[in-house]
Amino acid sequence: MRTVSLGIVLFLFWLTLSGHYTNFLLSVGVGCVVLCLLLVHRMGLIDSEGHPIAMLPRTLTYYPWLAWEIVKSSLGVAKIILSPSLPISPTMTLIKARQKTSVGIATFGNCITLTPGTLTTGVADDEVTVHALTRDGANDIQAGRLNQRVAKFEGSA
Amino acid sequence: MTMEMVIFGLSWLLIGIGSVFVVIGAVGIVRMPDVFTRLHAASLIETLGGGALLLGLMLQAGFTLVTLKLAMILLLFVFTAPVATHAVAQAALHQEVMPKLASDRRPHQAGGKSPEAR
Amino acid sequence: MMFLMATIAILIAMALVVVRAIRGPTVFDRVLAGNVIGTLAILLLAVVGFLLGRPEWLDIALTYGLLNLISTLAVLKFFRHGDLAFVPKEPPKL
Repeated sequence: MRTVSLGIVLFLFWLTLSGHYTNFLLSVGVGCVVLCLLLVHRMGLIDSEGHPIAMLPRTLTYYPWLAWEIVKSSLGVAKIILSPSLPISPTMTLIKARQKTSVGIATFGNCITLTPGTLTTGVADDEVTVHALTRDGANDIQAGRLNQRVAKFEGSA
Repeated sequence: MTMEMVIFGLSWLLIGIGSVFVVIGAVGIVRMPDVFTRLHAASLIETLGGGALLLGLMLQAGFTLVTLKLAMILLLFVFTAPVATHAVAQAALHQEVMPKLASDRRPHQAGGKSPEAR
Repeated sequence: MMFLMATIAILIAMALVVVRAIRGPTVFDRVLAGNVIGTLAILLLAVVGFLLGRPEWLDIALTYGLLNLISTLAVLKFFRHGDLAFVPKEPPKL
């Protein structure tokens, strides 16, 4: 099941990048996909961590939400950079991640880093160390809205 | 006709926003006082600046293979930018480049070194 | 017209980041500057490809994006362990 879906994704990737649709190139593409699948299968990488198809439907609502968060926090950071006095108050906090799986915690850390103004500096088990540009940013991340949202995206809450 | 005008205007707007934010991020990289705060400015370039520019270019290209390739570059940004940023931050902490903090809410360890900076 | 404007904006940003790469007190400022210049180069390739009407440059941009991540991680690993072939004794948990 996962192998088939990974194969479809890889073949679509080939079609996108090549742009030539002759018989020869298509068959070479199929050969490459099969070779990759054999190698990956041998390495045992096709599991819920390597190819998380179960999360796919939830990306449709999660990514737009994340994009809007990024826009909001970007405007805040831009305002800070452009103001002459540079009103920053860097803060480090420790946050307990609510996600269950390692994929969920990795997603949480990446989303923190992706939004400008907050930055993951380390992960130990389920505790995430966060560096925030301002105190307000640290308060925001401690309030746990993002934490909750990523847990929902992961499917454990 | 009007639809084309709307799309043209929207892509113009997005490319303008992207250009402005790229420059703002670069100004931030020059102005900020230490490595960690500079990383915040850099992520401004990588997310909103790059994202808005690429979305504007996608609207210009219409439904072609070029749009798919631009979307792929956008996904590449979304997946790799946090990894690189996190790697820089962790390496800096490992070499004991400590951030200048206004307040620290971590429970303190002996020696003031965080447990993650292995 | 707007492609030209975006090109100029990216070039200005690159010049500012080069200033940081020259002045940067620690090596990490320079690695960061290198990474951001790579990102800006990808955007520049995409925009100039549209400006000159040659969207094939997007392939180069994609490859450059992959190389950018690998080179940043390789440089950081080198400065952290002093050895690119370093393997930790015990695998990290989680």
